[in-house]
Amino acid sequence: MSLQIMTANRLLGGGVVYFGENEEWTDHFASAKAVEDNDGAAALLTEAEKAEANQLIVGPYLIKVERNEAGLQPLSVKEGIRAKGPTVLYGHGTPANSSESVSSGPVKE
Amino acid sequence: MYRYDEFDYDFVQQRVAQFGDQVERRIEGDLTEDQFKPLRLMNGLYLQLHAYMLRVAIPYGTFNSVQMRKLAHIARKYDRGYGHFTTRQNIQYNWPVLKDVPAILKELAEVEMHAIQTSGNCIRNTTSDQYAGAAADEIEDPRVYCEIIRQWSSLHPEFTFLPRKFKVAVTGATTDRAAIRVHDIGLAIVKNDDGEVGFEVHVGGGQGRTPMIGKVVREFLPKEHLLSYLEAILRVYNQIGRRDNKYKARIKILVHETGIDEIRRLVEEEWNRIKDTALNLPLEEVDRINDYFAPPTFETLDATSRSFEVKRFEDRGFATWVRANVVAHKRPGYAIANISLKPEGEAPGDITDDQMEVVADLAEKYSFDEIRATHEQNLVLPHVKLDDLYDVFLGLQKSGLATGNLGLISDMIVCPGLDYCALANARSIPVAQAISKRFADIERQYDIGELKLKISGCINACGHHHVGHIGILGVDRKGEEYYQITLGGNANENAAIGKIIGPSFAYDKIVDAVETVVNTYLEIRDGAEESFLDAYNRVGMAPFKERLYA
Repeated sequence: MSLQIMTANRLLGGGVVYFGENEEWTDHFASAKAVEDNDGAAALLTEAEKAEANQLIVGPYLIKVERNEAGLQPLSVKEGIRAKGPTVLYGHGTPANSSESVSSGPVKE
Repeated sequence: MYRYDEFDYDFVQQRVAQFGDQVERRIEGDLTEDQFKPLRLMNGLYLQLHAYMLRVAIPYGTFNSVQMRKLAHIARKYDRGYGHFTTRQNIQYNWPVLKDVPAILKELAEVEMHAIQTSGNCIRNTTSDQYAGAAADEIEDPRVYCEIIRQWSSLHPEFTFLPRKFKVAVTGATTDRAAIRVHDIGLAIVKNDDGEVGFEVHVGGGQGRTPMIGKVVREFLPKEHLLSYLEAILRVYNQIGRRDNKYKARIKILVHETGIDEIRRLVEEEWNRIKDTALNLPLEEVDRINDYFAPPTFETLDATSRSFEVKRFEDRGFATWVRANVVAHKRPGYAIANISLKPEGEAPGDITDDQMEVVADLAEKYSFDEIRATHEQNLVLPHVKLDDLYDVFLGLQKSGLATGNLGLISDMIVCPGLDYCALANARSIPVAQAISKRFADIERQYDIGELKLKISGCINACGHHHVGHIGILGVDRKGEEYYQITLGGNANENAAIGKIIGPSFAYDKIVDAVETVVNTYLEIRDGAEESFLDAYNRVGMAPFKERLYA
């Protein structure tokens, strides 16, 4: 089975989140908890259902990833963009990983 | 201007309160996402890749300075300081948070705006010619009929849950600037042999994965029957349009599979049943709405302006901007000033809050307080005195809004693509930015002449690539972004769907490929007067293909 992580969007802000190594939802792709067996995937799904029921996240799904020397890497362009934000500047030249990001901050609100 | 009456006020206020309650219930957990999603979509709220996206309607693209300032305020207070004008005369905000959306809707309602019917399987914002009321080639102002359609279609109980979304466009001019032939219903205001004004009705046009040019279902429809005829078309579609497969649910598929003759028979049968009912449009009602769109109080001016000509001679930047962006007005001494939202290397259609304020100020001071949004993702000041054009230009120039590239290769229609959109396969904006930079030399752009380049990040075709003279479609090839090129599309009165030239190109090859196509055109054209599209229609695909895949 491929290496997988759980992702979703936050209900309140809409920002991209991942279920993390520390058993909490995080904004950071690199901190996502990766599993590579059915039991691990089932556990991630259970966590996602719980977070959905608690109004923390929407639309959870598993994505395939790989791990190299630099850590976890998304396998598709789409997940790469979800992880890092738009690849283009916008507005007043705001970069994607702006500290003004409305999707930053703690997940549990 | 559009008539926001007591009825609109009531239902918008009700909807704001209702949606506020729905958001609260969602946050509290009383509504699941499955229950909430159709409710938020009915209020223009999508969940995209990184955030929610709110789409705000600008009825037939007409708005004023107060509304523009409110849009700027919303961008500043609730978003990230900018908005994005769409390919259907709407504006989108890419970063609102859920809990703020009811407050945003409340603020919009204060200036008679809303986000209702900007999503969902209903009749969407009716679009029109951005030069309405100002164009020299206009038979009648199409906004009068857009407004009638808006009033009829707003919260229409029978057409709230159609098989799929439904888009109507109206043009009142001989040149189709509203792309009516690629809409579910396209209406062209025409004069018949007796000199009467009515509509030529097109049905079944559209883009997406199955692009179709609309077919004429009725050559002449008297004005008073507009609503009954639209209702007949919608009723036939609502009853027999497919609901089993969303990819085959648009009316274009029904028209294609059933045949225009049979559709015409069914529509006319229904129309004959309902045409003399309450849907009959009393001409006095048309006149009443016509009054809302009465022309501004134009001054009697000379057709030429000495100060304008002097400035054009003195300031080369102004001359360049005028050459591309200023269009003849129906009144002597006035002009239509286009504001390009495609500066070199920027995201097409994006505008900052500060720029919105500038446009609002200029509209208020120089254009009878009127602004238009275009489906080509630009803005228009429709009624500017020639004497004032230089001041308008200087105001725009200070704010980075004076790019003189209208209708040229860098004036692209571009969907948000994979940088924002959850449906996209590939990025559109960076490709547009790279093309814009490659062709940055404005003299080179003028040499190339009129060239409509349109980019979509997926087959849903929000970037109108099917009707681009050059179309670019982003596709996913084993997780990688690739781009297919089409040639020969056209969105005007000679509408055509572009043809695929051949295998697609990788992300880092697509700009070179576009340049090869353009250079091929420059080599084969029959003089500078022959446009890209004319040259393509003369020689066909072969020379382009030969060069591109050599």
